[in-house]
This record gives sequence, structure tokens and C-alpha cells, in this order.
Amino acid sequence: MAFARSRQALAIAGVLGLALGATACGTGNDKGSDNTGSAECSQYEKYKGNDGKKVTIYSSIREIEADRLDQSWKQFEDCTGIDIDHEGSAEFEAQLPVRVDGGNAPDIAFIPQPGLLKRFADGGKLKEAGADTKAMAEQNYSPDWLKYSTVDGKFYGAPLGSNVKSFVWYSPKMFQEKGWKVPESWDDLIKLSDEIAGSGTKPWCAGIESGDATGWPATDWIEDVLLRTAGPEVYDQWTTHGIPFNDPKVAEAVDRAGSILKNEKYVNGGFGGVKSIATTSFQEAGTPITTGKCALHRQASFYANQWPEGTKVAEDGDVFAFYFPAIDPAQGKPVLGGGEFVAAFADRPEVQAVQTYLASGEYANSRAKIGDWVSANKKLDLNNVPNPVDKLSVGILQDPKTQFRFDGSDLMPAAVGAGTFWKGMVDWINGKDTATVLQGIESSWPK
Amino acid sequence: MEFDWAGETPKFLMLMYGLIAFVAVVGGLLLLLDVVPAWFARRREAQLVAASASGAPLPRRRKPREGLFALFFLLPTLLFLTIGLVVPAIRTTLLSFMNRDGSGWVGLENYGWMFSEGSIIRVLTNTLTWVILVPLVATAFGLIYAVLVDKARFEAVAKSLIFLPMAISFVGAAIIWKFVYAYRGEGDQIGLLNQIVVSLGGEPKQWLLESPLNTFLLIVIMIWIQAGFAMVVLSAAIKAIPADIIEAARLDGTTPWQMFWQITMPSIRPALIVVVVTISIATLKVFDIVRTATNGNYDTSVIANEMYNQAFRYQETGRGSALAVFLFVLVLPLVIYQIRNLRQQREG
Repeated sequence: MAFARSRQALAIAGVLGLALGATACGTGNDKGSDNTGSAECSQYEKYKGNDGKKVTIYSSIREIEADRLDQSWKQFEDCTGIDIDHEGSAEFEAQLPVRVDGGNAPDIAFIPQPGLLKRFADGGKLKEAGADTKAMAEQNYSPDWLKYSTVDGKFYGAPLGSNVKSFVWYSPKMFQEKGWKVPESWDDLIKLSDEIAGSGTKPWCAGIESGDATGWPATDWIEDVLLRTAGPEVYDQWTTHGIPFNDPKVAEAVDRAGSILKNEKYVNGGFGGVKSIATTSFQEAGTPITTGKCALHRQASFYANQWPEGTKVAEDGDVFAFYFPAIDPAQGKPVLGGGEFVAAFADRPEVQAVQTYLASGEYANSRAKIGDWVSANKKLDLNNVPNPVDKLSVGILQDPKTQFRFDGSDLMPAAVGAGTFWKGMVDWINGKDTATVLQGIESSWPK
Repeated sequence: MEFDWAGETPKFLMLMYGLIAFVAVVGGLLLLLDVVPAWFARRREAQLVAASASGAPLPRRRKPREGLFALFFLLPTLLFLTIGLVVPAIRTTLLSFMNRDGSGWVGLENYGWMFSEGSIIRVLTNTLTWVILVPLVATAFGLIYAVLVDKARFEAVAKSLIFLPMAISFVGAAIIWKFVYAYRGEGDQIGLLNQIVVSLGGEPKQWLLESPLNTFLLIVIMIWIQAGFAMVVLSAAIKAIPADIIEAARLDGTTPWQMFWQITMPSIRPALIVVVVTISIATLKVFDIVRTATNGNYDTSVIANEMYNQAFRYQETGRGSALAVFLFVLVLPLVIYQIRNLRQQREG
């Protein structure tokens, strides 16, 4: 019996370990005391009347970013008495449809893919945004943005955070030492690349490995180039399948991206040849810039968080970013980016209050002050954005000349945008020719 | 960064509650399982003692009570099997005949797609390669190793070395091997395999990129894990061969070769079948290794991985379900064979 007892003890100890892991994921959510009467609360007057109500939010935002979210709406919660319960999941895209189809939808989801938002809207799962939310969104965001959360003329929610993808990362120090200038046109960019290649360094570094999302950084490349060669209108037709995926204009853009990405003279600084792009993780892809083995790396604003510890990200620091230059000046200043939308599966008054608040300038400034956040909200004051790259991004997003377009792979049906497009790009880097790859993706577009 | 203990207090509180709740539930269950049967046994014992003391005939067991008791223990299993297995299986089968979001019937279209789309045919042939190679090689390795180390001096140590990988999860194993296959174009290699190649004067290669080599490299991971399982089961079977048979064979002057093929192999045949079938089923369902190492890129995908991608990533529920049903159909005969085999053994 003693033996059996000790075995039981062992078993308990074993599963306790599992429980430790499981419960550590839960979050405690204690709300502060009620101070609805104070002066700071006056700005939340219009959201009042929902004291004690609870709103659940589901998103892909986790860990420190999630803590910052909780912090950003703390005052709103304290003043209005609405309890916002946020849950972030690494499997958000896969789990949200499961939850919605299973009748367990959150009140609000921060959806980063307009394609997914459209699917829920078409399925009748989403609730149309209230009049207040709509007015607030129209006041603070450009029509370029709002069209991505509008399906069949119905508006489903305002954008929240965003990012700018049309950036090339470089080292201001290296540029200064070598006497290189930040290029302002595509021709300058190619000239600079040739010059760097001539000096014995491979100018570009890239990496598209990203676990189960491998391939996405290359799709961004294609989208960014297409936006520059063919213009925003053609880009819109392409993402909505108005023109075939393998239209000659697309093939031209892919080949132009290939003139950098598949050029053995240009890539892959610090990692090897062209094919090493496929197996280099996007997180480490730009790091050779810090060791001088690579000079240029095209990646979104959020790459600022990926640099090795101790790297100063600033215009006069170790690394910084410049705008990926336009090719055809007639097409204006095209900017590729992404962001999430505050879509609601419920239309209770407290849910709509939260939706409206998140679209407001007050919220944008409150969240920006905490750091590491970019939004296209017009009311966002640049002085409230602490980080230099974020400041640059917000500046670009607020520039009236900017022609903003959403990341195309997030607009396409998931089977293409999160499937064959990604995989096609991996094959393309791995040596397949442009025509075959594009034909393959075109034939996979859901009919 | 400083760790903010005070700020994390609510999380630690949650953790504590979780632990307490867990101990309560598990402890309660263990107590129930331990105490209830013991109580029944004690009562029965007391009855017997009382009966024998009074000299009366032994009381008969009261059957209905026991039946009720069995039902009490069976009910949760039946309930959970229905909710967790039977209902989803039926639903998945129905969904496989429906369109993308399950809103209309499409007949056999999803199955037609499965056998006509080039990339999916590739997935099927990959799975076939896996299911042929892994059980055979892993079992062969396990068997040879078990025979070689049997009664050797360091048998226990030698066995645990091979058995250790069993303790590593598929995901962990895939990550470890990803490092083995890692590639650096410039500077020092961080991957074992490339370092060996380089020190032998070769050029480093991107192992996981080249099809079909990469599928075989992934298969090596599975074999690495499963060989230990095969070895342990087969070793136990070898030890269970009656000593008199071996002794008789020795007296007859058998060579080691004859001993292996005429004595060992026939004696451990049932165990061998169990091992091969078990590994085959595990291999058919392999998902973690492929998803972690390559996510099915570079032509390495297998059915389970493609099923997940179609159903949950691409929102192609119909196609995903069709793949799931196909996988089920492939596993089913193996399971039936396994069960029949076990039953025969028990009866025979």
C-alpha cells in the first residue's frame, strides 16, 4: 500500500506541474475603486449609464502589449463603471471562428484581417456599428481606412492600432561613415544597392520564415512594389480579384521585387544566398545591419521591437527606417500597412460605448502615451508618441498626400491570403519562376 | 527588466486558487476511488466473517447493487465518448460533403479535389512515405538494439539512452532537430549536420529546403522518438521467452542466426505486431513534427497538417473535414486489426 501511496503522490506532483502551466495563463482582473465623480472623468460623460456592465474583448494581442491595453482603458473603466475583460490569444485567427460558430462569441474582437471581418459580416454574425460609433469613426479616420470595415454599405467598426509596412531599415551610423544618402526615389535605391554591392557587402537582407505563417514578409514585398508600379486602383482590383492574380501587371511587380530579392549580388547579407531567405526567420532577418553585414532591410514599423537589446532606434542611433521610395511619382505616395478593427458581435449599449470610446481621439492619445503604438487616428497628437519610428509612422499616416492601402493578403480569402500566396512566395524564393507561381495562386482562388 | 512582484500579485493569486482547486478535485477523485471500493470490500469481508462464525450458508452477492455501481463508473465514460467522439465524428463526416462554411451540400467535390489537386497528392504521397518508412525502420532499429543489448553488461544504461527521446514531446524533438539541420550561409554553422559537413570540407546545405530529402530528414525525427518505444516493448517480449525453449535450442546446437529467426522471432511475433501497428497509427496522425519543423512548406506536408491548415487557417471546413475523414478511414483498418489481434492473444 505504501508503494501505491507514493505513486499517487508522484502522479499528483506530475499533474500539478501541468496545472501550474495552465493556470498561469489566466488573468486576474481586479477593478479599482469607484471614482466616477472626479474631474478627469468629465470627458467620459457621454459613455455613462452602463455602470457595472461587462464587455468582453478578444484579440491577438498578448503579454506586455495586452498589459498596455488594460492600462490604456483603465481610466475609462474607473469612470464609467464598465468592466472591460480583454483576452489575447496566439491562435486568434483559428480560434475566433470556432468561438463564433460555437455560439461563444466575444462582445468585441480586434480583427486584423478585413477578409475575416467580411466573412463574419457576410455570415450575419457581426452587429452593425451604432450611429455614435460611426460618427466618431468618420470624424477621426480617413475613408481609405473605413472602407476596410464596411461591407455592402454597412459599417462594422473603427480601426484601432495600425502599422506602416513601407519602410526600409538601415543604419544611420553606417550610412554616415560610408557617405551614403537615404534614397528618395526607386532609381536612387537601386543605385545605392549597386554601390554597396560593389564595395563587397551584400546590400539587402531578408527572411520570410515565420513558423506557420512562413512567406508573409515576401507577400508584403510584392504588395508594396505593385502599389508603386501599377498604382492603388489596380491594387484594389487585384485584392478583390477584379483582375486575375496572375495579371501581367502583377507579374511585372513580382519580377521587379525579384530584381532585388532574387538577385545573388544583392541578397542575402549576413545569411548566404537567395535561398537562405526562405529559412531565415523574419525576426532575425534585419539583425546583420547591426554588424555591418547588410545595409538595407524592408520591413514594417513593428520591426522596431525585434532589434537586439541595446540597439538604439532613432534617426541618429544604430538603426532607423526610411520610407520605401515611390517608383512612379504620378502615383502619389503609396503606403502599405495593416491594423486591426474593433468589430462587435453584440449591440448592447455598453458594447457600443466601448466601441465609440476606442474610436475616439481621447483613447488614441491615452494609448499612444504608454508607448509602442501607432494609429491612423487623426486626433492623435504627434507629441504623445514617444518612440521615433512610431512618430515617423504616425506622420506618414496623417500626411494628406498618403495613399493608404491595406496589406493585400489580409484582404484576400484566407485560402489565398494566408495560404497559397504565402506558400507560393516560399516556392518563388526557392527557385520557381514567377509565371508558374502566380498561375498556381490564381487557380487556388475560391470560386 | 525588473520583475514586478507586487504588480503580478493577482496572477499569483489566480495561480494559487488554480492549484488549490486542482488538488481538491484530484485528491477528491483519488479518495473516492480508493475509499469506496475499499468500503465495499470491507463490508463483504465482514459479511463473510459473520456468516462463517454463525455457520450459516454464505450470503449471495446482491447483483443489482453491483450493476448499479458499474453503471455509475461507466456513465461518465459513455457520456464523454458521445460528446467528445461520436458526435464530432458524425458532424465531421457530414461537413466533408458540404461546402466551405457548411451551408450547402456539394456531394463528393471535396474528395475529388483531394485526389486531383497537385499539392494535395503530394501530401498523400508524403504520408505514404512516412507510414511505410517509420514503422519499419523504427521497429527494425528497436529490435536489433533490443537483441544486441539483451543481457549485455550495461543493458539498463544502454536502454535508457535509446528510450530517453520518448520522454520528449514531438514539438520539442522537432525543435531540437531543427537546430541539427540549421543552416548559416556565412560565419560559423550553428547546426550539427552542417558543421560536420563543413569540417569534412563540404559546403553547408539548406537541408529542410530540398525536396524530397527534407521529408526523409523529418522521418528521421519520428524514428528517433519511436525506436525507443519499439525497443522497450520488444526487449520485454524477448525476456519473456521461456528459458527452457532457449536452453533446448542451445542443446541442439543452434547458431545465433538460427536462434534469432527460429526461436526469437516466432516467440515475439505478437509483440512485434503490436509495435508496428501502434507506430503506424501514430505515424499516420503525425502533425506536430511537420508543423514545428517546416509547417508543411517545401513540399513536406502530411494529411494531418494539411487538414488543420484547410479547416482552421483557410476556413475551408469542407476540404479539411474530407481530409480528416480520409485519415480516419486509413487508421480504421489498423485499429480493427490491432483489436482483433489483442483479442486472439487473450483467447489463445
